[in-house]
Amino acid sequence: MESSVQSLGRSQPSRLLASGLGWRRRGVNIVMTTLIAGAFVLAMIPLFSLVFEVAKRGIPGLSAEFFTSDARGVVGGGGAAHAIMGTLIITGVAAVISVPIGIMAAIYLNEYGTGRLRKALTFFVDVMTGIPSIVAGLFAYALFEIFLGPGIRLGVMGSVALSLLMIPIVIRSAEEVLKIVPNHLREASYALGTPKWKTITKVVLPTAFAGLVTGVMIAIARIVGETAPLLVTTGVVDSMNTDPFNGRMQNLAVYAYNEYRSPGVMKQAAYDKAWAAALTLIAIVMILNVAARLVYRRYKTEIR
Amino acid sequence: MASVDTTTNAGQLLAAASGGRRRLGDRVFSRTAILAAVTILVLLAGVAIFLLSEGYPALTASAADLPEGKTFLDYVAPLAFGTVLAATLAALIAVPLAVAAALFITHVAPPRIALTLGYLVDLLAAIPSIIYGLWGIFVLGPKMVPVMKWLEAKLGFLPFFDGPASVTGRTMLVAGLVLAVMILPIVSAVAREAFAQSPRRLQEGAQALGATRWEMIRMTVLPFGRSSVISGAMLGLGRALGETMAVTIILSVSGAVTFNLISQANPSTIAANIALDFPESSGLAINALIATGLVLFAITLVTNMGARWIIARQQGE
Repeated sequence: MESSVQSLGRSQPSRLLASGLGWRRRGVNIVMTTLIAGAFVLAMIPLFSLVFEVAKRGIPGLSAEFFTSDARGVVGGGGAAHAIMGTLIITGVAAVISVPIGIMAAIYLNEYGTGRLRKALTFFVDVMTGIPSIVAGLFAYALFEIFLGPGIRLGVMGSVALSLLMIPIVIRSAEEVLKIVPNHLREASYALGTPKWKTITKVVLPTAFAGLVTGVMIAIARIVGETAPLLVTTGVVDSMNTDPFNGRMQNLAVYAYNEYRSPGVMKQAAYDKAWAAALTLIAIVMILNVAARLVYRRYKTEIR
Repeated sequence: MASVDTTTNAGQLLAAASGGRRRLGDRVFSRTAILAAVTILVLLAGVAIFLLSEGYPALTASAADLPEGKTFLDYVAPLAFGTVLAATLAALIAVPLAVAAALFITHVAPPRIALTLGYLVDLLAAIPSIIYGLWGIFVLGPKMVPVMKWLEAKLGFLPFFDGPASVTGRTMLVAGLVLAVMILPIVSAVAREAFAQSPRRLQEGAQALGATRWEMIRMTVLPFGRSSVISGAMLGLGRALGETMAVTIILSVSGAVTFNLISQANPSTIAANIALDFPESSGLAINALIATGLVLFAITLVTNMGARWIIARQQGE
């Protein structure tokens, strides 16, 4: 439509275009359009540079050892298996905490909520979205310190910190998909005499299922690379630990930071491992994002 | 069933028809939903209470017991300055780019590829901040060194480019640039949504009157999206204020309070300071760091609330 209007102007040069003013306006239009397109390209350069550099610098550090062994008692060598395992456990526990609370809260907001509690929850979910990640880490530390004493570091503390960041993301996305489940489905179910809770669990949730799963996957992708809250809660450790309730637990993001920050004697090897960890993280995030889209496309319910 | 009074409402009728079991299911499920809602409120109250109770000792402690031997206010002031400086710099760089990128996607690029382009911008938000930090110090920083030398030579009369230019690239300018890239997708997403909703009839009307594309954008799309852009910018600012790892890795800090963006001596930010000092701290130093976290929380809260208020006011119109 836009182009047809413009070509019309060009094929029949109006008085405006013929005058000097017309050329000026046309010039401004070209300059501004170029600037807008240029700004977009400029904004995309970091993305491509980043992905390219992470791939280029990360590949040398990838090896079988990187994925299979920890770094206990090894100088300059060792792998990141303990960090990968830690990332999976910490993120997994965070998801186990956040998903039920988040989805139930979204059900509350969309299906039950009325009055003051609903208003308060909506407001505070907004507040929660804005909590800086490092503050979430400090909260988890303060919480556990009061009960377990100063200097405490546990895998589950990291999960609690991450939950604080994950819950609002889950609620927001779940609320969106529950909102688009059409009311006539609920009404049809009520008309058959189905109680409300069965209507929600058998009609509303299955209809929204693909959207809910997608939302959860995106939320996991958001928190899986968090570093700051884990730096103050799960600590740094060289060996494998699979018990979130006992002792420090390493994870990929903190591992990458630590390899960069204290590379030790074999500097380049440490940097290689930091980049390899970064590459692994980016791969996890991208796979989650792509998988989320595929799930949505494959399983979404056609709503008429 | 026939004996049921006709004035009884449908709900009671249904409940009566199936006995108490159905009611129990409903009660359990709705209580669980309410419990989840209350849990979240309790969790947030917990955040406030635990941070206050752990931060409070630092507020009342004497200067001699606190890190660097300063009172808490003297301790947090330069950090708050650095936080606001870095975030403001990031927002100043990111907002024009984000608005232009949003305009490109909604009004310039062919509609067929617009969705894909939008997805590319969103990908920027998916990348973990630790990776931005590594990219900033190993890739962008070294590339910026000659640029900063040039800025010092040509624009050195401005306080921002006073120099001496850093030779490592670990400067406020580089940190601000990386933060700008990180917040760009947030600002752009808000702007994009507003631009896409700007009334078509105004756009078509402007073009029917012979406006060029840019004039149409300037006269119909931009005024329509203005308050969204402002609130998006504030959301981005809020994100930049609390961003930790990128700044922690990139910035070389000295505690100096300066507007000089290209030198080796920079003020730290609250978040970066916590990440740097927390792992090695104990005792009152921990309390002081938690108290600075509270200050950071307060600053971001005010910024985010401002943004929400602008959005809410706009939707009310």
